[in-house]
Amino acid sequence: MSELNRDGTKASLLDEYEVNSKTLEEIGVEILPVNTGKTVHAKRIPGHYRTLKWIAASVWLTLFFGPYLRWNGEQAILWDLPNRQFHFFGITILPQDIWVLAMILLFFALLLAAVTAIAGRVWCGYFCFHTVWTDVFTWLEEKFEGPPAKRIKLDQQPLNWEKIKIKLPKHLVWLLIGFATSFSFLAFFTDAFDLWKRLFHLDLGKWEWLTIIVLGLATYFFAGFMREQVCIGFCPYARIQGAMIDEATVVPTYDKDRGEPRAQMKERNAYVREVLQRLKKEGEEQKLMEQFLAEGMDERAAKKKVQETLRQRANEEADRHFGDCIDCHLCVDVCPTGVDIRLGQQFGCITCGLCIDACDSIMEKIKKPKGLIRYASLDDFLGKETPPWYKRPRVLIYITVMSIAAGLLLWKLTHLDPIDVKALHDRAPLFVQMSDGTIQNKYTVKIVNKTPNKMMAKISVEGPEGLVYLTDRVVPVEPGTVGQAIVRVRLPKSALKEGRVPIRIIVQDQNHPEIKSTYESVFIGPKH
Amino acid sequence: MAGHNPWPNEGNTGHIWDEDIRELDNPPPLWWMLAFYAGFVMIIFYAIYYPTIPLANGFTKGVAGWTAVKEYEESYNELKAWRKAKFADKEEALASKPLNEIMKNEDLKLYAVATSKMLFGDNCAACHGAGGMGNPNFPVLADDDWLWGGHINQIYASIANGRVGNMPARGLMGNLSDDEIEKVADYVMALSEGKGNDPSVAAGKAIYAKGMCVACHGPTGKPVAPNGAANLTDKIWRFVPANDGSCTLMDEQTQRDAVVRTIKYGVNVKKNGQLIDCTRQAVMPAWKERLGEKEVKRLAIYVHELGGGQ
Ligand code: SF4
Ligand code: SF4
Repeated sequence: MSELNRDGTKASLLDEYEVNSKTLEEIGVEILPVNTGKTVHAKRIPGHYRTLKWIAASVWLTLFFGPYLRWNGEQAILWDLPNRQFHFFGITILPQDIWVLAMILLFFALLLAAVTAIAGRVWCGYFCFHTVWTDVFTWLEEKFEGPPAKRIKLDQQPLNWEKIKIKLPKHLVWLLIGFATSFSFLAFFTDAFDLWKRLFHLDLGKWEWLTIIVLGLATYFFAGFMREQVCIGFCPYARIQGAMIDEATVVPTYDKDRGEPRAQMKERNAYVREVLQRLKKEGEEQKLMEQFLAEGMDERAAKKKVQETLRQRANEEADRHFGDCIDCHLCVDVCPTGVDIRLGQQFGCITCGLCIDACDSIMEKIKKPKGLIRYASLDDFLGKETPPWYKRPRVLIYITVMSIAAGLLLWKLTHLDPIDVKALHDRAPLFVQMSDGTIQNKYTVKIVNKTPNKMMAKISVEGPEGLVYLTDRVVPVEPGTVGQAIVRVRLPKSALKEGRVPIRIIVQDQNHPEIKSTYESVFIGPKH
Repeated sequence: MAGHNPWPNEGNTGHIWDEDIRELDNPPPLWWMLAFYAGFVMIIFYAIYYPTIPLANGFTKGVAGWTAVKEYEESYNELKAWRKAKFADKEEALASKPLNEIMKNEDLKLYAVATSKMLFGDNCAACHGAGGMGNPNFPVLADDDWLWGGHINQIYASIANGRVGNMPARGLMGNLSDDEIEKVADYVMALSEGKGNDPSVAAGKAIYAKGMCVACHGPTGKPVAPNGAANLTDKIWRFVPANDGSCTLMDEQTQRDAVVRTIKYGVNVKKNGQLIDCTRQAVMPAWKERLGEKEVKRLAIYVHELGGGQ
């Protein structure tokens, strides 16, 4: 039968059956039961990581305030889907440059990987919107319903008016946050102020209503009810953790060597008393007394000193006998995912560091050094030296790809072509002979204006001797739109030895002559 | 899969993957089962409402009378109505405004061009080729050579009322001998090269001037005003060699052969109401009756924009 830990939890399941997976063994993953049962009502206590968590969470305030930022009188961040444009602080990205967004995604995907390789689920514990929203939701829950013990009691009560009276405000505030979330999200896709106006006139489109309602309810449901079950059951990122971390990754870990065997204070005190008794029985009291008197102490002082010394010895012995963990269970009580970190690194842990705060506060009280639970790698515990992050190949590879993505991104953003020109060669007919014997080709030139100003595009064509072109005067192109012009190009037959010759179609903005683009095309004629 | 079951009492099926993912034998939740049964009820209503059950000769039609084609037609009509409403003002302008004015309105012009492609493809491309690229003995519309004028109004008139080419058969009326025809042909060939004053073709030139050619083709080989006669000084040939069986009397090999045939047998020459052998056929039907004025306008703009409108 399986061996039980003192607190009744099972010992590592790996002890129970053979694991032939080398990898599992190597990275020291232990298979531990995850909490799939009751709601986790975690205690909230202040601390270093708690503060960090709030700071990290405040990043998400940009979601709520972002849509109202203005830039040159325009909404600073706007996904303009109907016009297929993305505005970001004065930069406009059109579908032609959408790969820029792919670079952004690639950058963040690898940032995630790199950070995970260095310090585990930093994203999960501090930044993930699910964690953050859940954290805020449970914080509110505590404000409305009191500390965990009270909440557990309340949960057990039958549903009556009293209970509803306590619960209702919480749910209303949750729903309000849900609405604020979905509305703010939507506001990135349309003019935010206008959206408010239309909301008050109940004049939103079908999809807008749907987004607000579905996303808002999803927020309410996931952060309010699903909570840690999302991290445990749905989140694919959680499932690939094993592949993303290694022995050198630092994560919150319980120092088993230092903590075990754990014993509660009661047990400890009993042991200390036992030792004192034994020492006394062994005549230690007498021996010390004589020694102190010999040192010239008066009797009262010597008696006190003897008691002190004995107690100290007994305590020291108890410390040798027990680990530092007093089995107060606080680290489990504060864990938002209901994990017992003392069982080892595990799947349910989102590395939020709250158990570190908890244990540190206990260690402070019992006057032991902090860090029984701390950020440490498996190598640390094996006594191996952890290489610094800049010497770890996987981190370096991640960072290399990240820099490439960031480099391309920066390059593109500083070199965003203000103009994009394409010329489509007419296929039917490919060419026509004109009355003077020259050959004519027809092109449809499309001009994309990526600048914020109106463009007066002037088209010219360069090619072999004798080339003549006819086209519209100038083509006005509004910002962010595509202008179009027909260009007819004529070449004498003598210039068409090969049947086809390259030509260049040049488009220049008359308002800003430095905006210019050249399109390489071909001119096709009869072979002869 | 693990060799033995570390969770013996939780009711799993014994299938365990990745050390801890296991298949449980739990009953589905109530809401799920309700949805499942609701699905059954749905099927009954569906079967009554929509065509569902295959029969020996056909299938049950369903009380709604729904068919895929009907749905398609409905949404197609919807689209048509939408288009009609959206472009009503443009269509209006196209019908009411004179062509000169439409041509000045860039937007309207592009609209006419964009909406003509199918019209041209259905009615015109059979002879004039896709995009007006022409076919042997059917004029190219994408070039800048116009028998009846390349101005928008002239193009409109050509489409609306049709055109019938007309040239007497010089060789049959007896006013030019075969030899003279050869000489004129030499002259016409030279004209196209810009060598009309070359002494070697002086004889042909004289015959051209003396004969009736000047009346239509003009004193220099270029019609004074568009009248359906070909411009002989340019590089475009109205008729090119094409042995399509309409001429059994001669075999056209070169461009010069084609010129000789045209001079000799004329264009659209009839005898007793019948086209004579070897005469050129050049008839453009009238479209106004068939397509209506607005569509003809649309086509005129399209043809004008093909490549060589004036
Ligand atoms: S075990 Fe500790 S670090 Fe992990 S989720 Fe729980 S409180 Fe956070
Ligand atoms: S908080 Fe620290 S002392 Fe308390 S049970 Fe957890 S590890 Fe042990």
